[in-house]
Amino acid sequence: MGLAEASATLPDVLQVGGVSVALGGRKILDDVSFTIGAGEFTGLIGPNGAGKTTLLRVILGLQRATAGTVAVLGQPRSRRNPSIGYVPQKVLLDSDLPMRARDLVALGMDGHRFGMPLPSRQRSEAVREMLHAVDADRFADARVGNLSGGEQQRVLIAHALISRPRLLLLDEPLANLDLRSGQEIISLLARIATSQHVAVLLSAHEMNPLLPVMDRVVYLAAGRAASGPADQVIQADVLSKLYGHHVDVLHVHGRVLVVAGTEDGEGADLTADHALEAG
Amino acid sequence: MHQLWTWVFEPGFFSSAPVRVAAVTGGVAAVVSAVTGVFTVMRGQSFGGHALGDVSAAGGSGALLVGLNPLLGFVGLGIIGAGVMDTIGVRRVRGRDLATGIVLGAAIGLSALFLYLTSVSGATTGAPAQILFGSIFTITSATIPAVVILSVIAVASIAAVWRPLLLSSVSPDLAAARGVPVRLVGLLYMLALAVSVGLSSLAVGAILSTALLIGPAATALRLTRTVGWALAVACLLGAGATWLGILLAYDSYYWSAAHQGLPVSFFIVAVIFAGYLFSGFPAARAAAGRRDAAVPPPASPAHEKIAA
Ligand SMILES: Nc1ncnc2c1ncn2[C@@H]1O[C@H](COP(=O)(O)OP(=O)(O)OP(=O)(O)O)[C@@H](O)[C@H]1O
Ligand SMILES: [Mg+2]
Repeated sequence: MGLAEASATLPDVLQVGGVSVALGGRKILDDVSFTIGAGEFTGLIGPNGAGKTTLLRVILGLQRATAGTVAVLGQPRSRRNPSIGYVPQKVLLDSDLPMRARDLVALGMDGHRFGMPLPSRQRSEAVREMLHAVDADRFADARVGNLSGGEQQRVLIAHALISRPRLLLLDEPLANLDLRSGQEIISLLARIATSQHVAVLLSAHEMNPLLPVMDRVVYLAAGRAASGPADQVIQADVLSKLYGHHVDVLHVHGRVLVVAGTEDGEGADLTADHALEAG
Repeated sequence: MHQLWTWVFEPGFFSSAPVRVAAVTGGVAAVVSAVTGVFTVMRGQSFGGHALGDVSAAGGSGALLVGLNPLLGFVGLGIIGAGVMDTIGVRRVRGRDLATGIVLGAAIGLSALFLYLTSVSGATTGAPAQILFGSIFTITSATIPAVVILSVIAVASIAAVWRPLLLSSVSPDLAAARGVPVRLVGLLYMLALAVSVGLSSLAVGAILSTALLIGPAATALRLTRTVGWALAVACLLGAGATWLGILLAYDSYYWSAAHQGLPVSFFIVAVIFAGYLFSGFPAARAAAGRRDAAVPPPASPAHEKIAA
């Protein structure tokens, strides 16, 4: 089977169909549907509390959906899915954790296996390669808890990628990074998505740094989702329908600004953090 | 030379049967405690470990009351306590505090009751001290097989779930995403912890079992960079402190004219505590050094060109 033929018959990496989630009697996600194709870079964009983390946890099978289906590579999602890699939003790595960066990456390969690992040339070689791929060679032997936020993020990405997943989920990986480290992580991910042919679904409340690399965007607001190419989704009419009230999309100095008013219609009353962070 | 030898090891130390039994049981308990303790410290469950010590106290005093071997009570009730704590919610950080507090309170209450009843019945003198603070020299060699079997079970359980346990101790989220049954692994670890606390209750007493569990592990975590090394160092420190404590207690008999030996548990815990304090110096130095050296600055582009 030729490569073109193979990719033509390949199922979508991820199909989310009509997923709804209710937590504590409140509807967090309401009929969310979208698909992600092989190797695509997708931004999961939405303000704080929109349900980004919840959606990613549903995809992983860590959160039960009240309705809807999730299929990974055409198969209904199972509990252990080696074809998904995950970088959670908050990983607190204590500074006295007795673990080097390379140890944490190695656990990405076989952390679910029972028993103790035997020293293996192949294993440490795979870890070394992965650390190199995320530019983490120089702190491979440092304690993970002592690394900076950006450095930890690279190690966690290596941890998620070493099992060679087809889909990589990252929950707000840019949240605690300065602009430059954020850009570095984004270009790193874009490079890996292409070279390792892994689809990336990355959540963020700020879409501008992602615009150059995003193939598609899934925009979450008020529990509902709109998806498609960025220039089609980030439109006043699409987002207004999503938010359920009027929303402006402004283009300022080549940046996109979503100005979401309150439901009371006070257009000037921005849902401040989102508008500000989007700028 | 010979004088120094007899000064360090007072006469009869090596030929004394109680010393030999104490060295074996104490050493084994110290090693098991070190293994589970490394994970206890990493998981931030020291308080939970201490609560299990109190549960052990209740079990030990109950066993004494009805005439069973205290080890049976230490371990038996400890396992039940671990199950209860897991059910109440030792997994969530907030629930963990709650579970620990509730179980700890109930256990101390039970100990008070059992120890009172034991002292009223007059069956054993010094029972409270024996259960709470240990009396390693009174252990009989008949107990050794049970100690060894329990140790093997506890260590084998930890080894069997080594990687999933490690990953879920670092981050339950990462572990769950890898398909690790986090809850089951946590329960298994709690059971191993209960067994190890039961063993150290026998060695240094239920109340002091926390010292053997946390001290060597915390010291080792200060000094090492990988879990493997932390484990090795913790085992050495734990066993070393126990043996040194036994020696000092044995020698203390000769220190005073009245030949009044001091309690072993005191010496073991004192050595562990001193070890932890001393480890602060190299750890602080290493931390300072790590900040300077462990993460070298990125190579400049010029360097890369030359290398290429
Ligand atoms: N276990 C829970 N019980 C009740 N409500 C919950 C629970 N978990 C999350 N929620 C609610 O669900 C909503 C969505 O949460 P989620 O963490 O998915 O948002 P998010 O988009 O990831 O936000 P952020 O950008 O702040 O990370 C929030 O309003 C939150 O309060
Ligand atoms: Mg979130």
